Amino acid sequence: MKLFTILLASIFVNNFILVKFYGICPFLGVSKKVSTAFGMGMAVTFVMALASAITYFVQVYLLDAFDLGYLQTIAFILVIAVLVQLVEMFIQKISPALYGALGVYLPLITTNCAVLSVTLLNVQEQYNLLESVVHGVGGALGFTLAIVLMAGVRERLETSEMPKWMDGFPGSLITASLIALSFLGFSGML
Amino acid sequence: MNNLKKVFLNGVITENPTFRLVLGMCPTLAVTTQAVNGLGMGLAATFVLVFSNLVVSLLRKQIPDKIRIPAFILIIATFVTIVDLLMHAYLPSLYEALGIFIPLIVVNCIIFARAETFAFKNPPLASVIDGLGMGIGFTVALTIVAAIREILGSGTIFGIALFGAAFEPALMFVLAPGGFLTLGVVMALVNTLTKKLSEKKEVNG
Repeated sequence: MKLFTILLASIFVNNFILVKFYGICPFLGVSKKVSTAFGMGMAVTFVMALASAITYFVQVYLLDAFDLGYLQTIAFILVIAVLVQLVEMFIQKISPALYGALGVYLPLITTNCAVLSVTLLNVQEQYNLLESVVHGVGGALGFTLAIVLMAGVRERLETSEMPKWMDGFPGSLITASLIALSFLGFSGML
Repeated sequence: MNNLKKVFLNGVITENPTFRLVLGMCPTLAVTTQAVNGLGMGLAATFVLVFSNLVVSLLRKQIPDKIRIPAFILIIATFVTIVDLLMHAYLPSLYEALGIFIPLIVVNCIIFARAETFAFKNPPLASVIDGLGMGIGFTVALTIVAAIREILGSGTIFGIALFGAAFEPALMFVLAPGGFLTLGVVMALVNTLTKKLSEKKEVNG
């Protein structure tokens, strides 16, 4: 039951982008087309689930075991950077088509705050291994949901006339504000 | 000297990281519910920017091109850890308010972008000035957005009440949608103003 609560909470109530503001850069940068937004979401989901599991072991068997808590930030970001590199090589070998589609966005996952913050939150909330992975997957699915919604809205906006002062980022931010407003409805649900 | 001034102003105005480059959006939106937090976040990021730019610039001939990205991450993460520990020790209330966004300075794209595009190619002094300019530009932007949100959302500025007890603050502005909305409107304003100014310059020049 707790796992289910964590999953729902991280997707809707504490949506990583629209409520917690983790991972705004890819949210604004990679949300022009629904298909690329979805691909990005899936890649992030994979990395976040793996990162949650690996940093759990790093925290318990390295940082806690040797009393090295102050190295947490450095250790976690290194794990994530290596992981993203591995995922990149893996996808390149297994599916060149997907690799081509994601291209530039893959290495950028390293600097996605969502990945680092999910690993830090796992430790803060004292989740066990399974809860950490569920939290990672839930957070990433929330990220995917938000970025796909945003891409859907932006695809439609492309063909419509916007006021000139709203061109570019201001328009995207105001769109995001309206989507975030609808997500406020989930608060207090759990 | 003139050149250094240009580098500094470039960060504060011409290429303001928030309004012009649109980098480091997560902290810009997340911690700007109160002006103090915006200012604190900006100064913490400035500290990291200046020192990471300095170290990257000093090591720019030693770091092989191929592994420069992990090297940058390691340098930045080191300074973020220093800030984290310092704030925990001396500014506990601000540390509490900024929370997870202090370690998240590691993945702030501004710091990474300056290491890659400026510090890795320029001598130490210019890199420090660039870090300082970018940091101050970031701090100013954060403080402006935070001040607007604090005034509208809680009716205070730096914690001082502005209006009488009858004032009903618009809670939305301290919540997530208000963050997106405020930043969007401020950015539109800044863009329109700079466009007007550059057009004027062209007419006069």
